[in-house]
Amino acid sequence: MHAFLAPYIEPYLGAYLTTLIVVGIQALLIVVPVLIFMAYLTYAERKVLGAMQRRVGPNVVGPFGLFQPFADAIKMLTKETVIPAGASKFLFILAPMLTFSLAVIGWAVIPVNDGWSIANINVGVLYLFAVSSLGVYGVIIAGWASNSKYAFLGALRSAAQMVSYEVSMGFIIVTVLLCVGSLNLNDVVLAQKHIWFCIPLFPLMVIYFISVLAETNRSPFDIPEGESEIVAGFFVEYSSMSFALFFLGEYTNMILMSGLTTILFLGGWLPPFGIEPFTWIPGPIWFIAKICFVLFFFLWTRATFPRYRYDQLMRLGWKVFLPFSLVYLVLVAGVLMVMGWLPHVV
Amino acid sequence: MSLDHAHTPAAAVADDSIIGAPTAVSDQPKETKTVQIDSHSINFGPQHPAAHGVLRLILEMDGEVVERADPHIGLLHRGTEKLIEYKSYIQATPYFDRLDYVSPMCQEHAFVLATENLLGVKVPDRASWIRTLFSEITRVLNHLLNLTTYALDVGAITPALWGFEEREVLMEFHEAVSGARMHANYFRVGGVAKDLPAGLDEKIAAWAEKFPKFIDDLEGLLTENRIWKQRTVDIGIISPEDALAWGFSGPCLRASGVAWDLRKSQPYEKYNELDFKVVVGRNGDCYDRYLMRIAEMRESVSMIKQCLAKMKPGAIKLQDHKITPPTRSAMKHSMESLIHHFKLYTEGFHVPAGATYTAVEAPKGEFGVYLVSDGTNRPYRCKIRATGFAHLQATEKLSKRHMLADAVAIIGSLDIVFGEIDR
Repeated sequence: MHAFLAPYIEPYLGAYLTTLIVVGIQALLIVVPVLIFMAYLTYAERKVLGAMQRRVGPNVVGPFGLFQPFADAIKMLTKETVIPAGASKFLFILAPMLTFSLAVIGWAVIPVNDGWSIANINVGVLYLFAVSSLGVYGVIIAGWASNSKYAFLGALRSAAQMVSYEVSMGFIIVTVLLCVGSLNLNDVVLAQKHIWFCIPLFPLMVIYFISVLAETNRSPFDIPEGESEIVAGFFVEYSSMSFALFFLGEYTNMILMSGLTTILFLGGWLPPFGIEPFTWIPGPIWFIAKICFVLFFFLWTRATFPRYRYDQLMRLGWKVFLPFSLVYLVLVAGVLMVMGWLPHVV
Repeated sequence: MSLDHAHTPAAAVADDSIIGAPTAVSDQPKETKTVQIDSHSINFGPQHPAAHGVLRLILEMDGEVVERADPHIGLLHRGTEKLIEYKSYIQATPYFDRLDYVSPMCQEHAFVLATENLLGVKVPDRASWIRTLFSEITRVLNHLLNLTTYALDVGAITPALWGFEEREVLMEFHEAVSGARMHANYFRVGGVAKDLPAGLDEKIAAWAEKFPKFIDDLEGLLTENRIWKQRTVDIGIISPEDALAWGFSGPCLRASGVAWDLRKSQPYEKYNELDFKVVVGRNGDCYDRYLMRIAEMRESVSMIKQCLAKMKPGAIKLQDHKITPPTRSAMKHSMESLIHHFKLYTEGFHVPAGATYTAVEAPKGEFGVYLVSDGTNRPYRCKIRATGFAHLQATEKLSKRHMLADAVAIIGSLDIVFGEIDR
């Protein structure tokens, strides 16, 4: 995009300003569709859950209830923002902003098509891993700043469980990287040209997906918000836009993590098998379709499972996922070594 | 936290430095400081989503672990027992619908049976069958609500929505016979209010045919679900001895392995003519309490089928019009009927002096009415033995040293409804 726009505006604005404008436009091109996607994810969630629970879901606002997300957004915006008297004001306001912005900045490195990312950096995987791990700070800060016992319990739970699934997530990513030989997300996708990693690394994909559920605080790991235990957990004191930002953050994060799952295991924008009728459909559409596929599993699990207790999640993380992913890592490394399939790294 | 004794050495050091003496901090004996961390308490309810109405539970917590659970009651107290002392027997019945509002008819049943005991009357066969039938329908109604909201408390949202759809069908049966979905006031002293409307028995039979399929679906979501089992197995265990000592009854008692069911041990209505099993559990944990209710629903369906098969046309209330109202048409033609009707609905009927404790096996357990009559048209005293009250008082015992999330599961498994606890 820089190359495309630069000849027209660079002579007038100079190099720095040009870059700024181009990056700004790129950011908008990512953020706006993501937010629309997110809005309709909430709609889809309600429809899918509705179908699974023998009811119709939203169907009043607009045709088939399609304007429901906007009605919700307007409602959120017009509500009063309540800041509790005992709250730490600065942190209380900071937390939702942090959560939301972290969910959005992850998108900077996600390649929607070959080379279509704002920043095609060589440490893309690390960057995403870092950003998604930081997300827990929003939860902890919110729980602390609310000065409420329920919120505090939510924050504590979040802090306690975070490490348990992220360690095995790290090992899973390392396994994928071993097969790719690069930390660049674009390369990760291109390495799956012949076979998507979901086939040889299927068990890892399952574990990764479960960890992602925990990372995004989704059912059955919605422990920090635990509706029926600690009411709404860390965001129990939030209302109006500050609540909406948590909500936006959670759903954007879901899409982001589904995108990452798609890139790591489902071949990103690549059409299946790389054969004729599939290749007619452009890459970004495949990418979105795959994200939707992963997201459907988010909703499906939500309709199906009860909630874990947080010590049970920690047990699952440390005693099941960690040994398994570790063994699988060694196994994959061994196979790659013995068969001479290690990627050629320049 | 105790800080007061920590001040003195610091002050001494400061004094030394002023007069310029060498400060030998290392020589001074180290002050040991005791830091005592108190458990914090959280106020669970009465607006808590898992409080099942208006339960207020003061939880003293050590982190996430419940050290003490102190249930507070009284937020739904309406003085039912006292109110009943000022109502005629006919007027008192509807109060029982409003006690445990998820199993209304079973409670009417207890009161109506108690009154009939004092009167020394026995209702006609068909009325008895209808009462048995609707007691079992009410049982399914209650267990559906309890199991699904229990699952909701543990985090599974789908059972609740499925269950409510099925409940609606049962509510329609209530509505068909009584005109009201919940507060039926259908069981009356001397029989039931009206006969089943035409075609209702086929509808109930059709429902009974397909309901086991629904139970299978519900079980498919929960029974063998690992997360569900992790959350409920070995949570809130109560031994048979303790369960008896705490006054447990119904599914909660049977989950501990005590085969105590009033329908078997002291059959009332037509239960001695029905073929059914008393299901008992083994461990007395939350999971067993769940299984009890699932099994009881299956038994209830079989009983409903038997009731429908054995029911014969006939009178649905006593023909003694001192106790039961005459028909509308008789009222229009017969002066005597008109007088009966007027007397019945203004003065009511007089019950011979005496006292009775009559209990039924309500879905939640033994629901009893201790009724004292002084020979007038109003009860002298009506003490209600609420099932949930006994269960609620064991929350402390059951949830001690469990996690907060478990306490929620335990409350769900006890099937607590505040209408009857607070009365």
